[in-house]
Amino acid sequence: MTFAALSDATRRGVLEQLARAEASITELADRFHMTLTGMKKHVGVLERAGLVRTEKIGRVRTCRLGSLGLQAEAAWIGSYQQLWDARFDALDAVVAELKARETNDVR
Amino acid sequence: MYAEGEQTGGRTKVERTDRELVVTRSFDAPARILFEAWSKPELFTRWWVPKSAGVNLLSCELDVRTGGSYRLAFGEDPANAMTFFGKYVEVVPNERIVWTNEESDQGAISTVTFEEQDGKTLLRFSELYPTKEALDEAYVGMEGGMPEQLDQLETLLVELTGV
Repeated sequence: MTFAALSDATRRGVLEQLARAEASITELADRFHMTLTGMKKHVGVLERAGLVRTEKIGRVRTCRLGSLGLQAEAAWIGSYQQLWDARFDALDAVVAELKARETNDVR
Repeated sequence: MYAEGEQTGGRTKVERTDRELVVTRSFDAPARILFEAWSKPELFTRWWVPKSAGVNLLSCELDVRTGGSYRLAFGEDPANAMTFFGKYVEVVPNERIVWTNEESDQGAISTVTFEEQDGKTLLRFSELYPTKEALDEAYVGMEGGMPEQLDQLETLLVELTGV
């Protein structure tokens, strides 16, 4: 969705996964049927791009959506909202006209 | 943890879950007026396609009653128009309209409800998709692409990976 523009299917999948819930690198590797090393590389790319941030607690490295990832998510919703905002502003005008007409009919 | 679209300060609120998009807004008018604006083609065409969207509506046929159908055609000329069509599954005048979107086999079920209180109406519009993937795809199709910001992200990633 938000990340359809990203070229690599695994990285896209990782971002979508993290948009729903944080996960450890081990969990991500399992889910995408990859080696730990392979997943570390993908997460590294996403992390350098600001899309993901990671935090090591004990032996586990937890991954979350980074600030750019969250921005992308918000941008996606934002443009959908713009469409509906424009529609509803136009609807407001139509509604005002119909209301005025009713008022006139009553008189 | 989907983002909500409230940050732009508009009066229209958008929320997303995996399979559903929900838009809400309050209108200063009774429900019957909103229902009328949603169900009469000559009124509907005046707001469904806002000028800012830059698309041309060629035709609009709405038969807003349970079992009725609709058809909207967009584009420059009828030969290469993009059409949207489906059926009204449930219509309760002044309260609720439910319709299918049949231009795709993964189309959403759309529901609009009008909840009137003290002369004002809370409008709630929802699109429920069969799967999360269908919602993702639909959005890309609707806007004809991704926001500019995402193109920039892609460029950045390409740079970082050196592909």
